[in-house]
Amino acid sequence: MARPAVAVLERHLTLYKRLWRASVFSSFVLPVLFLASIGLGVGGYVGEVGGVPYVEWIVPGVLASTAFQMAVGECTYSVLGEFKWSRQAHAMYATRVSVPDMIAGWLAYVVLRVEVAVVVFLAVVAAFGVLGSAWAVLTPLVAALLALSVAAPVTAFSASIDHDSYFALLFRFVMIPSTLFAGVFFPVEQLPLLVRPLAYVSPLWHGVELCRAATLGVAPPWPVWAHAGYLVVFAVAGVAWARVAFARRLRD
Amino acid sequence: MIHARGLVKRFGDFTAVAGIDLDVAPGEAFGFLGPNGAGKSSTMRMISCVSMPSAGELRILGMDPVRQGPAIRARLGVCPQLDNLDPDLTVRENLTTYARYFGLSRAQARERAEELLDFAQLREKAGSRVEPLSGGMKRRLTIARAMVNDPDLVLLDEPTTGLDPQARHLLWERLFRLKQRGVTLVLTTHYMDEAEQLCDRLVVMDGGRIVAEGSPRSLIERYSSAEVVELRFGDRVLREVVPELEGVADRVDVLPDRILVYAKDGDGALSEVHRRGLAPSSVLVRRSSLEDVFLHLTGRTLVD
Repeated sequence: MARPAVAVLERHLTLYKRLWRASVFSSFVLPVLFLASIGLGVGGYVGEVGGVPYVEWIVPGVLASTAFQMAVGECTYSVLGEFKWSRQAHAMYATRVSVPDMIAGWLAYVVLRVEVAVVVFLAVVAAFGVLGSAWAVLTPLVAALLALSVAAPVTAFSASIDHDSYFALLFRFVMIPSTLFAGVFFPVEQLPLLVRPLAYVSPLWHGVELCRAATLGVAPPWPVWAHAGYLVVFAVAGVAWARVAFARRLRD
Repeated sequence: MIHARGLVKRFGDFTAVAGIDLDVAPGEAFGFLGPNGAGKSSTMRMISCVSMPSAGELRILGMDPVRQGPAIRARLGVCPQLDNLDPDLTVRENLTTYARYFGLSRAQARERAEELLDFAQLREKAGSRVEPLSGGMKRRLTIARAMVNDPDLVLLDEPTTGLDPQARHLLWERLFRLKQRGVTLVLTTHYMDEAEQLCDRLVVMDGGRIVAEGSPRSLIERYSSAEVVELRFGDRVLREVVPELEGVADRVDVLPDRILVYAKDGDGALSEVHRRGLAPSSVLVRRSSLEDVFLHLTGRTLVD
Protein backbone atom coordinates (compact mmCIF):
# COMPACT_ATOMS: atom_id res chain seq x y z
CA MET A 1 0.00 0.00 0.00
CA ALA A 2 1.21 3.47 -0.82
CA ARG A 3 1.88 5.67 2.19
CA PRO A 4 -1.14 7.95 1.87
CA ALA A 5 -3.37 4.87 2.01
CA VAL A 6 -1.64 3.83 5.26
CA ALA A 7 -2.37 7.29 6.67
CA VAL A 8 -6.03 6.85 5.76
CA LEU A 9 -6.10 3.44 7.46
CA GLU A 10 -4.49 4.99 10.55
CA ARG A 11 -7.17 7.62 10.75
CA HIS A 12 -9.93 5.01 10.74
CA LEU A 13 -8.05 3.03 13.39
CA THR A 14 -7.69 6.17 15.53
CA LEU A 15 -11.46 6.48 15.49
CA TYR A 16 -11.86 2.75 16.15
CA LYS A 17 -9.69 3.01 19.27
CA ARG A 18 -12.62 4.73 20.95
CA LEU A 19 -15.03 1.87 20.46
CA TRP A 20 -12.96 -1.28 20.09
CA ARG A 21 -13.83 -2.63 23.52
CA ALA A 22 -17.54 -2.55 22.79
CA SER A 23 -17.06 -4.04 19.35
CA VAL A 24 -14.86 -6.93 20.51
CA PHE A 25 -17.35 -7.66 23.25
CA SER A 26 -20.24 -7.80 20.79
CA SER A 27 -18.31 -9.92 18.32
CA PHE A 28 -17.71 -12.32 21.22
CA VAL A 29 -21.24 -12.35 22.58
CA LEU A 30 -23.09 -12.54 19.30
CA PRO A 31 -21.72 -15.89 18.09
CA VAL A 32 -22.22 -17.39 21.54
CA LEU A 33 -25.87 -16.38 21.52
CA PHE A 34 -26.23 -17.64 17.98
CA LEU A 35 -24.71 -20.99 18.70
CA ALA A 36 -26.76 -21.39 21.86
CA SER A 37 -30.11 -20.55 20.29
CA ILE A 38 -29.91 -21.84 16.75
CA GLY A 39 -27.11 -24.34 16.90
CA LEU A 40 -28.16 -26.10 20.06
CA GLY A 41 -31.84 -25.13 20.23
CA VAL A 42 -32.87 -25.55 16.60
CA GLY A 43 -30.18 -28.16 16.10
CA GLY A 44 -31.90 -30.31 18.72
CA TYR A 45 -34.89 -30.68 16.39
CA VAL A 46 -33.02 -30.77 13.12
CA GLY A 47 -30.43 -33.32 14.10
CA GLU A 48 -28.01 -33.76 11.22
CA VAL A 49 -27.54 -31.92 7.95
CA GLY A 50 -25.41 -33.46 5.26
CA GLY A 51 -24.14 -36.07 7.67
CA VAL A 52 -22.85 -33.67 10.37
CA PRO A 53 -24.54 -32.29 13.50
CA TYR A 54 -26.52 -29.13 12.67
CA VAL A 55 -24.41 -26.98 14.97
CA GLU A 56 -21.23 -27.95 13.12
CA TRP A 57 -22.95 -27.38 9.83
CA ILE A 58 -24.18 -23.92 10.75
CA VAL A 59 -20.99 -22.55 12.38
CA PRO A 60 -19.17 -21.71 9.10
CA GLY A 61 -22.37 -20.14 7.77
CA VAL A 62 -22.73 -17.89 10.78
CA LEU A 63 -19.06 -16.99 10.53
CA ALA A 64 -19.37 -15.98 6.88
CA SER A 65 -22.59 -14.09 7.44
CA THR A 66 -21.00 -12.21 10.35
CA ALA A 67 -18.26 -11.07 7.98
CA PHE A 68 -20.85 -10.24 5.34
CA GLN A 69 -23.10 -8.22 7.65
CA MET A 70 -20.20 -6.34 9.18
CA ALA A 71 -18.85 -5.44 5.77
CA VAL A 72 -22.24 -4.15 4.65
CA GLY A 73 -22.94 -2.35 7.91
CA GLU A 74 -19.57 -0.61 8.12
CA CYS A 75 -19.75 0.66 4.56
CA THR A 76 -23.13 2.40 4.66
CA TYR A 77 -23.64 5.36 7.00
CA SER A 78 -19.94 5.79 7.70
CA VAL A 79 -19.13 6.18 4.02
CA LEU A 80 -22.04 8.47 3.17
CA GLY A 81 -21.27 10.54 6.27
CA GLU A 82 -17.72 11.19 5.12
CA PHE A 83 -19.12 12.88 2.06
CA LYS A 84 -22.29 14.39 3.37
CA TRP A 85 -21.98 15.14 7.06
CA SER A 86 -18.43 15.29 8.37
CA ARG A 87 -16.99 15.98 4.90
CA GLN A 88 -13.85 14.10 5.83
CA ALA A 89 -13.55 12.76 2.31
CA HIS A 90 -13.28 16.33 1.10
CA ALA A 91 -10.76 17.13 3.82
CA MET A 92 -8.63 14.16 2.76
CA TYR A 93 -8.92 15.01 -0.88
CA ALA A 94 -7.40 18.45 -0.20
CA THR A 95 -4.14 16.67 0.66
CA ARG A 96 -1.78 14.30 -1.08
CA VAL A 97 -4.32 11.51 -0.60
CA SER A 98 -5.85 10.38 -3.89
CA VAL A 99 -9.15 8.59 -4.49
CA PRO A 100 -7.49 5.14 -4.82
CA ASP A 101 -5.58 5.79 -1.55
CA MET A 102 -8.80 6.71 0.19
CA ILE A 103 -10.54 3.54 -0.99
CA ALA A 104 -7.56 1.29 -0.24
CA GLY A 105 -7.19 2.67 3.29
CA TRP A 106 -10.89 2.33 3.95
CA LEU A 107 -11.20 -1.23 2.66
CA ALA A 108 -8.10 -2.27 4.62
CA TYR A 109 -9.81 -0.93 7.72
CA VAL A 110 -13.04 -2.80 7.04
CA VAL A 111 -11.15 -6.05 6.44
CA LEU A 112 -9.25 -5.57 9.69
CA ARG A 113 -12.49 -5.04 11.58
CA VAL A 114 -13.96 -8.18 10.05
CA GLU A 115 -10.81 -10.17 10.85
CA VAL A 116 -10.98 -9.21 14.52
CA ALA A 117 -14.59 -10.37 14.69
CA VAL A 118 -13.90 -13.58 12.79
CA VAL A 119 -10.88 -14.55 14.88
CA VAL A 120 -12.80 -13.96 18.11
CA PHE A 121 -15.66 -16.00 16.70
CA LEU A 122 -13.34 -18.85 15.75
CA ALA A 123 -11.77 -18.88 19.20
CA VAL A 124 -15.20 -19.08 20.81
CA VAL A 125 -16.55 -21.88 18.61
CA ALA A 126 -13.26 -23.78 18.83
CA ALA A 127 -13.74 -23.78 22.60
CA PHE A 128 -17.14 -25.44 22.05
CA GLY A 129 -15.39 -28.10 19.96
CA VAL A 130 -17.56 -27.62 16.88
CA LEU A 131 -14.79 -27.15 14.30
CA GLY A 132 -14.41 -30.45 12.53
CA SER A 133 -11.24 -29.83 10.53
CA ALA A 134 -7.88 -28.09 10.85
CA TRP A 135 -8.62 -26.42 7.50
CA ALA A 136 -10.72 -24.06 9.63
CA VAL A 137 -7.59 -21.90 9.96
CA LEU A 138 -8.26 -20.79 6.38
CA THR A 139 -11.64 -19.27 7.22
CA PRO A 140 -10.22 -15.85 8.18
CA LEU A 141 -8.75 -15.69 4.70
CA VAL A 142 -12.11 -16.51 3.14
CA ALA A 143 -13.76 -13.95 5.42
CA ALA A 144 -11.30 -11.29 4.26
CA LEU A 145 -12.04 -12.02 0.61
CA LEU A 146 -15.78 -12.10 1.25
CA ALA A 147 -15.57 -8.82 3.19
CA LEU A 148 -13.70 -7.15 0.33
CA SER A 149 -16.13 -8.44 -2.28
CA VAL A 150 -19.01 -6.91 -0.33
CA ALA A 151 -17.39 -3.82 1.17
CA ALA A 152 -16.14 -2.50 -2.17
CA PRO A 153 -19.49 -2.35 -3.99
CA VAL A 154 -21.39 -1.23 -0.87
CA THR A 155 -18.86 1.57 -0.37
CA ALA A 156 -19.38 2.60 -3.97
CA PHE A 157 -23.14 2.51 -3.50
CA SER A 158 -22.93 4.66 -0.36
CA ALA A 159 -20.73 7.18 -2.15
CA SER A 160 -23.23 7.40 -5.02
CA ILE A 161 -26.41 8.12 -3.11
CA ASP A 162 -27.60 11.45 -1.81
CA HIS A 163 -29.87 10.37 0.97
CA ASP A 164 -29.60 7.71 3.64
CA SER A 165 -33.11 6.40 2.96
CA TYR A 166 -31.56 4.33 0.14
CA PHE A 167 -29.92 2.19 2.80
CA ALA A 168 -33.31 0.76 3.71
CA LEU A 169 -33.48 -0.67 0.17
CA LEU A 170 -30.03 -2.16 0.53
CA PHE A 171 -30.86 -3.76 3.86
CA ARG A 172 -34.29 -5.06 2.84
CA PHE A 173 -33.62 -6.23 -0.67
CA VAL A 174 -29.98 -7.25 -0.56
CA MET A 175 -28.65 -7.87 2.91
CA ILE A 176 -31.53 -9.65 4.62
CA PRO A 177 -32.49 -11.91 1.66
CA SER A 178 -28.82 -12.79 1.22
CA THR A 179 -28.46 -13.73 4.85
CA LEU A 180 -31.64 -15.83 4.77
CA PHE A 181 -31.20 -17.63 1.44
CA ALA A 182 -27.47 -17.99 0.84
CA GLY A 183 -26.99 -21.32 2.53
CA VAL A 184 -26.27 -19.99 6.01
CA PHE A 185 -29.13 -21.76 7.83
CA PHE A 186 -30.13 -24.44 5.35
CA PRO A 187 -28.63 -25.91 2.17
CA VAL A 188 -29.56 -23.93 -0.97
CA GLU A 189 -30.67 -27.26 -2.48
CA GLN A 190 -33.81 -26.78 -0.38
CA LEU A 191 -34.69 -23.78 -2.53
CA PRO A 192 -36.86 -24.30 -5.63
CA LEU A 193 -34.66 -24.66 -8.72
CA LEU A 194 -35.91 -21.40 -10.16
CA VAL A 195 -34.86 -19.38 -7.13
CA ARG A 196 -31.55 -21.09 -6.55
CA PRO A 197 -29.52 -18.94 -8.98
CA LEU A 198 -30.33 -15.96 -6.78
CA ALA A 199 -28.34 -17.60 -4.01
CA TYR A 200 -25.48 -18.24 -6.41
CA VAL A 201 -25.41 -14.56 -7.32
CA SER A 202 -24.82 -13.49 -3.73
CA PRO A 203 -21.16 -13.32 -2.71
CA LEU A 204 -22.27 -14.57 0.68
CA TRP A 205 -23.16 -18.01 -0.68
CA HIS A 206 -19.65 -18.42 -2.10
CA GLY A 207 -18.15 -17.31 1.20
CA VAL A 208 -20.39 -19.67 3.15
CA GLU A 209 -19.51 -22.66 0.96
CA LEU A 210 -15.77 -21.98 1.18
CA CYS A 211 -15.94 -21.59 4.96
CA ARG A 212 -18.04 -24.72 5.31
CA ALA A 213 -15.66 -26.71 3.16
CA ALA A 214 -12.83 -25.54 5.42
CA THR A 215 -14.42 -26.22 8.81
CA LEU A 216 -15.86 -29.59 7.75
CA GLY A 217 -12.81 -30.58 5.74
CA VAL A 218 -14.79 -31.42 2.59
CA ALA A 219 -14.78 -30.13 -0.99
CA PRO A 220 -17.06 -27.16 -1.78
CA PRO A 221 -19.89 -27.54 -4.38
CA TRP A 222 -17.97 -25.60 -7.02
CA PRO A 223 -14.20 -25.75 -7.48
CA VAL A 224 -12.43 -23.53 -4.93
CA TRP A 225 -11.09 -21.29 -7.71
CA ALA A 226 -14.60 -20.67 -9.01
CA HIS A 227 -15.94 -19.59 -5.62
CA ALA A 228 -12.86 -17.47 -4.90
CA GLY A 229 -12.81 -16.09 -8.44
CA TYR A 230 -16.40 -14.98 -8.12
CA LEU A 231 -15.54 -13.05 -4.96
CA VAL A 232 -12.47 -11.51 -6.60
CA VAL A 233 -14.57 -10.33 -9.53
CA PHE A 234 -17.01 -8.67 -7.12
CA ALA A 235 -14.18 -7.00 -5.24
CA VAL A 236 -12.44 -5.72 -8.37
CA ALA A 237 -15.66 -4.45 -9.94
CA GLY A 238 -16.65 -2.87 -6.62
CA VAL A 239 -13.35 -1.01 -6.34
CA ALA A 240 -13.65 0.25 -9.92
CA TRP A 241 -17.17 1.49 -9.21
CA ALA A 242 -16.05 3.11 -5.95
CA ARG A 243 -13.29 4.99 -7.75
CA VAL A 244 -15.77 6.46 -10.18
CA ALA A 245 -18.27 7.29 -7.43
CA PHE A 246 -15.67 8.94 -5.18
CA ALA A 247 -14.16 10.99 -7.99
CA ARG A 248 -17.58 12.14 -9.14
CA ARG A 249 -18.43 13.24 -5.63
CA LEU A 250 -15.15 14.98 -4.84
CA ARG A 251 -14.44 16.93 -7.98
CA ASP A 252 -16.58 18.85 -10.38
CA MET B 1 2.47 30.48 -8.15
CA ILE B 2 -0.82 30.77 -10.02
CA HIS B 3 -1.17 31.48 -13.68
CA ALA B 4 -4.55 31.59 -15.38
CA ARG B 5 -5.61 32.72 -18.84
CA GLY B 6 -9.21 32.79 -20.00
CA LEU B 7 -10.23 30.50 -17.13
CA VAL B 8 -13.86 29.35 -17.39
CA LYS B 9 -16.03 27.21 -15.14
CA ARG B 10 -19.47 26.14 -16.29
CA PHE B 11 -22.05 24.07 -14.43
CA GLY B 12 -24.51 22.98 -17.09
CA ASP B 13 -25.99 26.17 -18.53
CA PHE B 14 -24.67 28.29 -15.70
CA THR B 15 -21.32 30.02 -16.11
CA ALA B 16 -19.77 30.56 -12.70
CA VAL B 17 -16.43 31.88 -13.96
CA ALA B 18 -16.55 33.60 -17.32
CA GLY B 19 -12.96 33.82 -18.49
CA ILE B 20 -10.50 35.36 -16.05
CA ASP B 21 -6.77 36.08 -16.24
CA LEU B 22 -4.68 35.87 -13.09
CA ASP B 23 -1.09 35.84 -11.97
CA VAL B 24 -0.06 35.46 -8.36
CA ALA B 25 3.61 35.84 -7.45
CA PRO B 26 5.46 34.08 -4.59
CA GLY B 27 5.09 35.81 -1.23
CA GLU B 28 2.10 37.80 -2.34
CA ALA B 29 -1.14 38.12 -0.39
CA PHE B 30 -3.80 38.08 -3.04
CA GLY B 31 -7.51 38.57 -2.55
CA PHE B 32 -10.71 37.82 -4.42
CA LEU B 33 -13.34 40.33 -3.50
CA GLY B 34 -16.90 40.14 -4.68
CA PRO B 35 -20.51 39.63 -3.73
CA ASN B 36 -22.01 36.17 -3.25
CA GLY B 37 -22.20 34.31 -6.55
CA ALA B 38 -19.43 36.35 -8.16
CA GLY B 39 -17.40 33.21 -8.89
CA LYS B 40 -14.83 33.53 -6.11
CA SER B 41 -15.34 30.11 -4.59
CA SER B 42 -15.52 28.39 -7.97
CA THR B 43 -12.19 29.96 -8.84
CA MET B 44 -10.74 28.87 -5.52
CA ARG B 45 -11.93 25.32 -6.07
CA MET B 46 -10.20 25.24 -9.43
CA ILE B 47 -7.00 26.55 -7.87
CA SER B 48 -7.17 23.90 -5.16
CA CYS B 49 -7.46 21.25 -7.91
CA VAL B 50 -10.81 19.82 -6.86
CA SER B 51 -12.72 21.42 -9.69
CA MET B 52 -11.74 21.01 -13.31
CA PRO B 53 -11.65 24.11 -15.52
CA SER B 54 -14.24 24.03 -18.33
CA ALA B 55 -11.96 26.06 -20.59
CA GLY B 56 -8.84 28.16 -20.49
CA GLU B 57 -5.38 27.65 -19.11
CA LEU B 58 -4.50 27.09 -15.46
CA ARG B 59 -1.11 26.35 -13.92
CA ILE B 60 -0.58 26.00 -10.18
CA LEU B 61 3.01 25.99 -8.94
CA GLY B 62 3.98 25.43 -12.55
CA MET B 63 1.92 22.23 -12.77
CA ASP B 64 -1.24 21.16 -14.52
CA PRO B 65 -4.11 20.68 -12.05
CA VAL B 66 -5.90 18.17 -14.26
CA ARG B 67 -3.01 15.74 -14.54
CA GLN B 68 -0.94 16.54 -11.44
CA GLY B 69 -3.66 17.08 -8.82
CA PRO B 70 -2.11 15.10 -5.94
CA ALA B 71 1.38 16.57 -6.59
CA ILE B 72 -0.03 20.10 -6.44
CA ARG B 73 -2.28 19.43 -3.46
CA ALA B 74 0.75 18.08 -1.58
CA ARG B 75 2.13 21.64 -1.58
CA LEU B 76 -1.11 23.52 -0.92
CA GLY B 77 -2.75 24.47 2.34
CA VAL B 78 -6.51 24.72 1.97
CA CYS B 79 -8.87 26.35 4.41
CA PRO B 80 -12.36 25.76 3.00
CA GLN B 81 -15.38 27.95 3.52
CA LEU B 82 -17.09 25.29 5.64
CA ASP B 83 -14.91 23.79 8.35
CA ASN B 84 -14.34 20.13 7.66
CA LEU B 85 -12.45 19.15 10.77
CA ASP B 86 -12.81 15.59 11.98
CA PRO B 87 -15.49 15.99 14.68
CA ASP B 88 -14.71 12.71 16.44
CA LEU B 89 -10.99 13.33 16.79
CA THR B 90 -9.28 15.58 19.31
CA VAL B 91 -7.70 18.88 18.32
CA ARG B 92 -4.24 17.32 18.39
CA GLU B 93 -5.35 14.22 16.48
CA ASN B 94 -6.84 16.42 13.79
CA LEU B 95 -3.39 17.88 13.22
CA THR B 96 -1.41 14.64 13.42
CA THR B 97 -3.86 12.76 11.19
CA TYR B 98 -3.69 15.48 8.59
CA ALA B 99 0.10 15.56 8.80
CA ARG B 100 0.12 11.84 8.06
CA TYR B 101 -2.02 12.40 4.95
CA PHE B 102 0.84 14.56 3.68
CA GLY B 103 3.34 11.81 4.32
CA LEU B 104 5.04 13.12 7.48
CA SER B 105 6.44 10.42 9.75
CA ARG B 106 4.65 9.82 13.05
CA ALA B 107 7.39 11.68 14.97
CA GLN B 108 7.35 14.60 12.54
CA ALA B 109 3.56 14.72 12.71
CA ARG B 110 3.62 14.92 16.50
CA GLU B 111 6.26 17.63 16.45
CA ARG B 112 4.42 19.63 13.82
CA ALA B 113 1.15 19.35 15.74
CA GLU B 114 2.80 20.81 18.86
CA GLU B 115 4.10 23.81 16.90
CA LEU B 116 0.73 24.42 15.34
CA LEU B 117 -1.12 24.13 18.65
CA ASP B 118 0.89 27.17 19.73
CA PHE B 119 0.37 28.94 16.44
CA ALA B 120 -3.39 28.49 16.71
CA GLN B 121 -3.36 29.22 20.46
CA LEU B 122 -5.15 25.98 21.15
CA ARG B 123 -2.71 24.35 23.53
CA GLU B 124 -5.20 24.09 26.39
CA LYS B 125 -7.68 22.47 24.04
CA ALA B 126 -5.24 19.94 22.57
CA GLY B 127 -6.98 16.94 24.12
CA SER B 128 -10.51 18.17 23.56
CA ARG B 129 -12.79 16.96 20.83
CA VAL B 130 -13.47 19.40 18.02
CA GLU B 131 -17.24 19.45 18.45
CA PRO B 132 -17.52 21.76 21.50
CA LEU B 133 -14.97 24.33 20.26
CA SER B 134 -16.11 27.87 19.43
CA GLY B 135 -16.32 29.05 15.82
CA GLY B 136 -13.12 31.05 16.17
CA MET B 137 -11.22 28.10 17.59
CA LYS B 138 -12.42 25.81 14.83
CA ARG B 139 -11.33 28.31 12.20
CA ARG B 140 -7.91 28.67 13.82
CA LEU B 141 -7.59 24.90 13.91
CA THR B 142 -8.62 24.66 10.25
CA ILE B 143 -5.95 27.21 9.34
CA ALA B 144 -3.37 25.47 11.51
CA ARG B 145 -4.29 22.20 9.81
CA ALA B 146 -3.80 23.84 6.42
CA MET B 147 -0.25 24.74 7.53
CA VAL B 148 0.67 21.20 8.54
CA ASN B 149 2.59 20.44 5.33
CA ASP B 150 4.43 23.77 5.37
CA PRO B 151 2.65 24.75 2.15
CA ASP B 152 4.00 27.02 -0.58
CA LEU B 153 0.56 28.38 -1.23
CA VAL B 154 -2.28 28.80 1.27
CA LEU B 155 -5.86 29.14 0.03
CA LEU B 156 -8.41 30.64 2.38
CA ASP B 157 -12.06 30.75 1.36
CA GLU B 158 -13.81 33.40 3.46
CA PRO B 159 -11.57 32.79 6.46
CA THR B 160 -13.41 35.00 8.95
CA THR B 161 -17.03 34.76 7.86
CA GLY B 162 -19.29 34.28 10.87
CA LEU B 163 -16.71 35.11 13.53
CA ASP B 164 -16.99 37.75 16.22
CA PRO B 165 -14.66 40.80 16.05
CA GLN B 166 -12.17 39.46 18.61
CA ALA B 167 -11.87 36.16 16.80
CA ARG B 168 -11.43 37.95 13.47
CA HIS B 169 -8.66 40.15 14.76
CA LEU B 170 -6.82 37.22 16.27
CA LEU B 171 -7.13 35.37 12.97
CA TRP B 172 -5.90 38.33 10.97
CA GLU B 173 -2.91 38.61 13.24
CA ARG B 174 -2.13 34.91 12.63
CA LEU B 175 -2.51 35.32 8.88
CA PHE B 176 -0.35 38.41 8.95
CA ARG B 177 2.39 36.34 10.59
CA LEU B 178 2.20 33.81 7.80
CA LYS B 179 2.50 36.60 5.30
CA GLN B 180 5.58 37.93 7.09
CA ARG B 181 7.13 34.48 6.86
CA GLY B 182 6.80 34.74 3.10
CA VAL B 183 3.90 32.32 2.66
CA THR B 184 1.83 33.10 -0.40
CA LEU B 185 -1.76 33.71 0.63
CA VAL B 186 -4.79 33.67 -1.62
CA LEU B 187 -8.09 34.49 0.00
CA THR B 188 -11.66 35.28 -0.86
CA THR B 189 -13.68 37.65 1.21
CA HIS B 190 -16.58 39.98 1.09
CA TYR B 191 -15.25 42.00 3.98
CA MET B 192 -13.57 45.17 2.82
CA ASP B 193 -11.62 45.65 6.04
CA GLU B 194 -10.25 42.13 5.69
CA ALA B 195 -9.09 42.79 2.15
CA GLU B 196 -7.50 46.09 3.16
CA GLN B 197 -5.76 44.51 6.12
CA LEU B 198 -4.35 41.44 4.44
CA CYS B 199 -4.06 41.84 0.70
CA ASP B 200 -1.18 43.32 -1.26
CA ARG B 201 -3.22 43.01 -4.36
CA LEU B 202 -6.76 42.04 -5.14
CA VAL B 203 -9.28 41.56 -7.85
CA VAL B 204 -12.92 42.49 -7.63
CA MET B 205 -15.15 39.86 -9.21
CA ASP B 206 -18.72 40.29 -10.30
CA GLY B 207 -20.82 37.94 -12.40
CA GLY B 208 -17.89 35.59 -13.01
CA ARG B 209 -15.59 38.28 -14.35
CA ILE B 210 -12.80 40.39 -12.95
CA VAL B 211 -14.05 43.96 -12.93
CA ALA B 212 -11.03 45.61 -11.31
CA GLU B 213 -7.54 44.71 -10.20
CA GLY B 214 -4.85 46.40 -8.13
CA SER B 215 -3.64 47.17 -4.61
CA PRO B 216 -6.34 48.36 -2.20
CA ARG B 217 -4.85 51.88 -2.37
CA SER B 218 -4.70 52.01 -6.16
CA LEU B 219 -8.26 50.69 -6.47
CA ILE B 220 -9.48 53.45 -4.22
CA GLU B 221 -7.59 56.02 -6.24
CA ARG B 222 -8.94 54.71 -9.49
CA TYR B 223 -12.55 53.98 -8.62
CA SER B 224 -13.34 56.36 -5.83
CA SER B 225 -12.38 59.84 -4.70
CA ALA B 226 -9.84 60.47 -1.95
CA GLU B 227 -12.53 61.43 0.51
CA VAL B 228 -16.20 60.86 1.09
CA VAL B 229 -18.64 63.20 2.79
CA GLU B 230 -21.65 61.49 4.32
CA LEU B 231 -24.62 63.82 4.67
CA ARG B 232 -27.83 63.11 6.54
CA PHE B 233 -30.85 65.33 6.25
CA GLY B 234 -33.23 64.25 8.96
CA ASP B 235 -36.68 63.78 7.44
CA ARG B 236 -36.09 65.39 4.03
CA VAL B 237 -36.57 63.24 0.97
CA LEU B 238 -32.98 62.71 -0.11
CA ARG B 239 -33.71 62.57 -3.86
CA GLU B 240 -34.89 66.18 -3.68
CA VAL B 241 -31.56 67.25 -2.20
CA VAL B 242 -29.51 65.80 -5.05
CA PRO B 243 -30.12 68.57 -7.63
CA GLU B 244 -28.94 71.12 -5.09
CA LEU B 245 -25.63 69.28 -4.82
CA GLU B 246 -24.97 69.62 -8.56
CA GLY B 247 -21.30 70.41 -9.19
CA VAL B 248 -20.20 70.03 -5.57
CA ALA B 249 -18.39 66.77 -6.25
CA ASP B 250 -17.36 64.28 -8.95
CA ARG B 251 -20.10 61.89 -7.97
CA VAL B 252 -23.02 61.66 -5.57
CA ASP B 253 -24.65 58.48 -4.33
CA VAL B 254 -28.01 58.30 -2.61
CA LEU B 255 -28.46 55.67 0.08
CA PRO B 256 -31.73 55.14 1.97
CA ASP B 257 -30.52 57.09 5.00
CA ARG B 258 -27.75 59.33 3.69
CA ILE B 259 -26.07 60.88 0.69
CA LEU B 260 -22.47 60.07 -0.17
CA VAL B 261 -20.52 62.89 -1.79
CA TYR B 262 -17.28 61.73 -3.43
CA ALA B 263 -14.71 64.52 -3.48
CA LYS B 264 -10.96 65.02 -3.61
CA ASP B 265 -11.24 67.48 -0.73
CA GLY B 266 -13.97 66.55 1.73
CA ASP B 267 -13.84 69.71 3.83
CA GLY B 268 -13.89 71.88 0.71
CA ALA B 269 -16.97 70.06 -0.57
CA LEU B 270 -18.63 70.42 2.79
CA SER B 271 -18.13 74.23 2.95
CA GLU B 272 -19.62 74.40 -0.56
CA VAL B 273 -22.66 72.47 0.74
CA HIS B 274 -23.03 74.93 3.60
CA ARG B 275 -22.49 77.94 1.26
CA ARG B 276 -25.45 76.74 -0.81
CA GLY B 277 -27.61 77.02 2.28
CA LEU B 278 -28.08 73.28 2.76
CA ALA B 279 -28.33 72.28 6.39
CA PRO B 280 -27.53 68.59 6.86
CA SER B 281 -28.59 67.17 10.21
CA SER B 282 -25.34 65.28 10.52
CA VAL B 283 -22.05 65.22 8.62
CA LEU B 284 -19.11 62.83 8.38
CA VAL B 285 -15.99 63.46 6.34
CA ARG B 286 -13.88 60.33 5.94
CA ARG B 287 -11.25 58.73 3.78
CA SER B 288 -12.55 56.72 0.93
CA SER B 289 -12.48 52.98 1.62
CA LEU B 290 -12.44 49.81 -0.38
CA GLU B 291 -16.10 49.45 0.46
CA ASP B 292 -16.85 52.53 -1.65
CA VAL B 293 -14.95 50.95 -4.55
CA PHE B 294 -16.71 47.68 -4.07
CA LEU B 295 -20.20 49.15 -4.00
CA HIS B 296 -19.39 51.37 -6.95
CA LEU B 297 -18.14 48.43 -9.02
CA THR B 298 -20.60 45.72 -8.06
CA GLY B 299 -23.69 47.84 -7.47
CA ARG B 300 -25.93 48.11 -4.50
CA THR B 301 -28.40 45.42 -5.41
CA LEU B 302 -28.54 42.68 -2.86
CA VAL B 303 -27.17 39.40 -4.16
CA ASP B 304 -28.29 36.20 -2.53
